[in-house]
Amino acid sequence: MNELPQQLANGLILGAMYGLIAIGYTMVYGIIQLINFAHGEIFMIGGFGALTVYLGLPSGFSLLAAIPLMIAGGVVCSVAISVAAERFAYRPLRGGPRLAPLITAIGLSLALQQAVWMWYPNATKDRSFPQFKGEAIDIFGASIQRGDLFVIIAAPVCMLALGLFVSKTRAGRGMQATSQDPDTAKLMGINTDRIIVMAFAIGAAFAAVAAVAYGLKNGQIGFRMGFIMGLKAFTAAVLGGIGNIYGAMLGGVVLGVAEALATGYMSDVPGMELFGGGAWKDVWAFVLLILVLLIRPQGLLGERVADRA
Amino acid sequence: MTALLEVEDLRVAYGKIEAVKGISFSVEAGQVVTLIGTNGAGKTTTLRTLSGLLKPAGGRITFDGQPLNGIPAHKIVSLGLAHSPEGRHIFPRLTITENLLLGAYLRSDKAGIEKDVQRAYDLFPILGERRKQAAGTLSGGEQQMLAMGRALMSQPKLLMLDEPSMGLSPIMMQKIMETIVELKAAGTTILLVEQNAQAALSLADQGHVMEVGKVVLSGTGSDLLHDESVRKAYLGED
Repeated sequence: MNELPQQLANGLILGAMYGLIAIGYTMVYGIIQLINFAHGEIFMIGGFGALTVYLGLPSGFSLLAAIPLMIAGGVVCSVAISVAAERFAYRPLRGGPRLAPLITAIGLSLALQQAVWMWYPNATKDRSFPQFKGEAIDIFGASIQRGDLFVIIAAPVCMLALGLFVSKTRAGRGMQATSQDPDTAKLMGINTDRIIVMAFAIGAAFAAVAAVAYGLKNGQIGFRMGFIMGLKAFTAAVLGGIGNIYGAMLGGVVLGVAEALATGYMSDVPGMELFGGGAWKDVWAFVLLILVLLIRPQGLLGERVADRA
Repeated sequence: MTALLEVEDLRVAYGKIEAVKGISFSVEAGQVVTLIGTNGAGKTTTLRTLSGLLKPAGGRITFDGQPLNGIPAHKIVSLGLAHSPEGRHIFPRLTITENLLLGAYLRSDKAGIEKDVQRAYDLFPILGERRKQAAGTLSGGEQQMLAMGRALMSQPKLLMLDEPSMGLSPIMMQKIMETIVELKAAGTTILLVEQNAQAALSLADQGHVMEVGKVVLSGTGSDLLHDESVRKAYLGED
């Protein structure tokens, strides 16, 4: 079990999920310098959206065929809530003190958790999520559960699409311009309000994809799952350099792999016998964050703040 | 014939402090009009209000026969009013070409955009040589050229230039001023804000002197250039 390929695979799978969620933190921060603490709940709602679609399908519908529909359902729910939050909770506070939207985000996070707890049927406890049946697959000496293949495929596809969108399309260029200098972006004719909505929407869609991956991996979803996943994804975004989309993905993978390696090997390090295993993985994740912030405060791919015009 | 830009009794305030206290001036098509004055006179505030980044507290702005009050900044560009802001504000982490393309953000005529990018390179050959370079790596003067080139990419009816010579070496300043003369000769209508009053007045058709939010003196460029009070206050003569 404690073999290196297996640990690396576990880390990559977890890290790809962190990375997908981290995109939402980093894009919104890059454009309006808001840490959207409700983003973890946007992820959670994506999971419930996908589950709802699955439960609505006729019995006998194959899970593989259901996946695209579940993604669509999750994306619709996440994007709708996220865009509504931007429009009605954050936009009225724009231009005000920076603390106001931050506190709003925390409040929104709690409100969304409670809303799902109260109104989603039987969501007071974890709800089970459909699973792919069948043997694990062997890849390079690591055994990969069938459900985990989803994120291994989805994360690179999403990243590639986002990279192309940002660098090759007119709206993507407008997004970069808005993040570098919002007032001047307006002088170019860019509707920066619309760009901000777009950033929230893309982040929410990616979070919904991550939520489907989470459900397929863990077999259950719950109203509280956004908290720790959101915190880890935020850590990944900071680790990679907040504001940088490639940094978010890299930060996610680095964090996931570090957690997996610490879980697998920390107890083999002399003197650290007590600090290995899954119980300590969150500790090591945040130790890594503190180390990176001490040595390279702008994150792995981040640019120095002085570079910002 | 009515003027291209008509500003009447414009007032702009930051909170309770009025930075522009009721100014009026106009710009006719084909003219170069300059606003001169010391720091804090309200010149930049005036331009930022014309382009919609600031909201006027009172007065009227009419551009090309259409009132601008209440129109958001990103829509004003499409009416033909381009603004090259003070401090240049190029997008530092995008390439020169990408910066120019952003100037044409609202245009969809691909061939025309291509041609205008090429025209910007002809106007400023150094930009053409460095087209793939991140704009943040350019020198101050080159960034100014890029900011002007970018503003021209929207094919404006009126080009507003805010302090194009600020912080530049004398040689670079000369080059920028020559470019403005070139643009004027090509028929571009320009509203120029400058601290270098000598240079601005020598190429302007009309000039307005601003002091603490008001226009205190107006006249043709050469009138103002020979006006004694202007010479004393802005051209450093005793």
